[in-house]
Amino acid sequence: MRIPGLNVQWKALPGDAPAAIAPVGEWQWTEAARLVREGGGRLVALWGADHRDLAEDEDEYSVYAAYAVKDGLAVAELLVQDSAPSYPDLSGLFPAAGRMQRALFDLLGIGASGAADTRPWLRHGAWPGEAYPLRRDFDAAAVPPNALADYEFVRVEGDGVHEIPVGPIHAGIIEPGHFRFSIVGEKVLRLEERLGYVHKGIDKRFEEFSVAEGHRLAGRVSGDSTVAFAWAYAQAAESLLGVVPPPRARWLRAMLLERERVANHLGDLGALGNDAAFGFALAQFMRLKEDWLRENAAVFGHRLLMDLVVPGGVTRAFGAPQAEAMIAHAHAIEREVNELRVIFEEHAGLQDRFLTTGRVTPELARMLGLTGLAGRASGQASDLRVDFPAVPYGELAVKRAGSSSGDVAARVNVRFDELLESLRLVRAIALAAPDGELRVDLPQPRPQAFGVGWVEGWRGEAFVALEAGEGGLIRRCHAHDPSWQNWPLIEHAVIGNIVPDFPLINKSFNLSYSGGDC
Amino acid sequence: MLRILYKIVRTGIVSEAAPGPDEELRAGAPQIQAEILQLLGRALAIRQVDAGSCNGCELEIHALNNPYYNLEGLGIRFVASPRHADMLLVTGPVAKNMEHALRIAWEATPDPKLVVAVGDCGCTGGIFGESYASCGKVANVIPVDVAIPGCPPTPLAILQGILTAVASRSE
Repeated sequence: MRIPGLNVQWKALPGDAPAAIAPVGEWQWTEAARLVREGGGRLVALWGADHRDLAEDEDEYSVYAAYAVKDGLAVAELLVQDSAPSYPDLSGLFPAAGRMQRALFDLLGIGASGAADTRPWLRHGAWPGEAYPLRRDFDAAAVPPNALADYEFVRVEGDGVHEIPVGPIHAGIIEPGHFRFSIVGEKVLRLEERLGYVHKGIDKRFEEFSVAEGHRLAGRVSGDSTVAFAWAYAQAAESLLGVVPPPRARWLRAMLLERERVANHLGDLGALGNDAAFGFALAQFMRLKEDWLRENAAVFGHRLLMDLVVPGGVTRAFGAPQAEAMIAHAHAIEREVNELRVIFEEHAGLQDRFLTTGRVTPELARMLGLTGLAGRASGQASDLRVDFPAVPYGELAVKRAGSSSGDVAARVNVRFDELLESLRLVRAIALAAPDGELRVDLPQPRPQAFGVGWVEGWRGEAFVALEAGEGGLIRRCHAHDPSWQNWPLIEHAVIGNIVPDFPLINKSFNLSYSGGDC
Repeated sequence: MLRILYKIVRTGIVSEAAPGPDEELRAGAPQIQAEILQLLGRALAIRQVDAGSCNGCELEIHALNNPYYNLEGLGIRFVASPRHADMLLVTGPVAKNMEHALRIAWEATPDPKLVVAVGDCGCTGGIFGESYASCGKVANVIPVDVAIPGCPPTPLAILQGILTAVASRSE
């Protein structure tokens, strides 16, 4: 019953992510999307793989679409013949698919037939249009020198309309991307994003890693979500290996994930205050964040918690004195956060900047597929920790945060609520984490074994699909950041706002460039 | 307003003048200021360029501005334009899609200029290496004075790397 009404053979995938996969025909590919859309589901990720060297009769690629449905994750796999490498466009049903389809074409050379926008997305000229890096026969040595390609931005015309081009290098310590504003006076008529600048070829790079080691690369898809991606990767690896991590490891993973959420929310709340010219907030929250990161280093050996979640378990644990220290620290931070929240709420100047700024209505959020934290601030109630609680979240009874006002203020409030909830979770996990093994040994993966991972990171759902190859190596790994879904919403959120509010609106989403471009 | 003032007073000064949890940092701070004043006679202006990092290095560079490290208190500040900068602080690997932008930022920085590469990726290409999409280390694209290893390096290590670059210019 993965997608009610779709008559296909679902194969359940083992592991923590409640997922199933089914082969679909071309007609069912579109029908699945339509049924998910009508049933209130979401498109989580869209990607492809080159299976021509494995195909028995006609050369084949696979194109995958992962949907969030009522009972979990439903992955539709469409086989595409080499003679006509295309598949039906999904962007009419799920607008977020548009950029994913453009990226899929840049990397694999399979196009979405019927798509309105076929401009390159990740390919800026570093490799030629007829070379596709994710094809098995791609020859990196044959790629000619980097040549910049022009990009056709959509032009807004009219009396007094002019453009402000920003980036790729921004005026601050921020990741690179290009924003093209069309404005009249101070008012934004249109924003067009052009991303892909930090495309590092991660999907291709995965092919050089073993299934047992890929978590290190996954943990660097987006540095601020290293735990979320390493955990999603570990889930995918454990799913295809048929391995179950020990209970202690699962509790420790949740501890690390909640600590990552706390660190990011502390940093964002400070930066949001700062972007509204309230420097006090930056100083206070960055102080709290630094204390938190120093505790990460003291207890887990790494300030950002990298390389701690591995397939089969985790690499480090904490002892009883450290648990006590973490509980006390979480209490202390909670007190300070509550104080700062009152200051935020009573500050008329700050609220004036936050309220009604950068609004995404629940209707628009649903239509375009806004997800994660920003989605919850616009009435989209999904939180994997609540909806599909894997161990230990079932026992922790996570309280879902949410708002329907969809403005900067809502995204600030959701952060406050989730920050306080995560501080509670850190304490609960420190108290209740069971004793036992930290990790289990991994068997050799079976070639073509397939698994997925799905974790609610601080920004939203981190998704990883993994396919094993020969000799323990990764054949194909796709890491999907929720920023793919959310970037297009910023283009809508800024319409009608003034240019100086853009940094504030952008920060209130705080999307990853690296995670989407990867 | 009273709450804000109360909070400021109660927080006090957590910067290096007060004993912090990192002894090594405390010892380093006054020396950094003396070096800069002696060699430059003015503030050091840094333009940070993310040329392809995972954003981990940026998080730690941001931390330099927190009250513990108080970078601006040392006379070092981040500026918005390479034309205002003495130093480029570059994280990498340099994505092929950022190669051109990095070059023009470097050309726009007035001489004499310093380049500090931050993180394992900036130093060697790191986990991403060289590929169809990555030029690898920063030195493959622009000349580098100092490279700071680490994934990511701690704020203290980044601070020490900046100092090393400033010291090396006097030679």
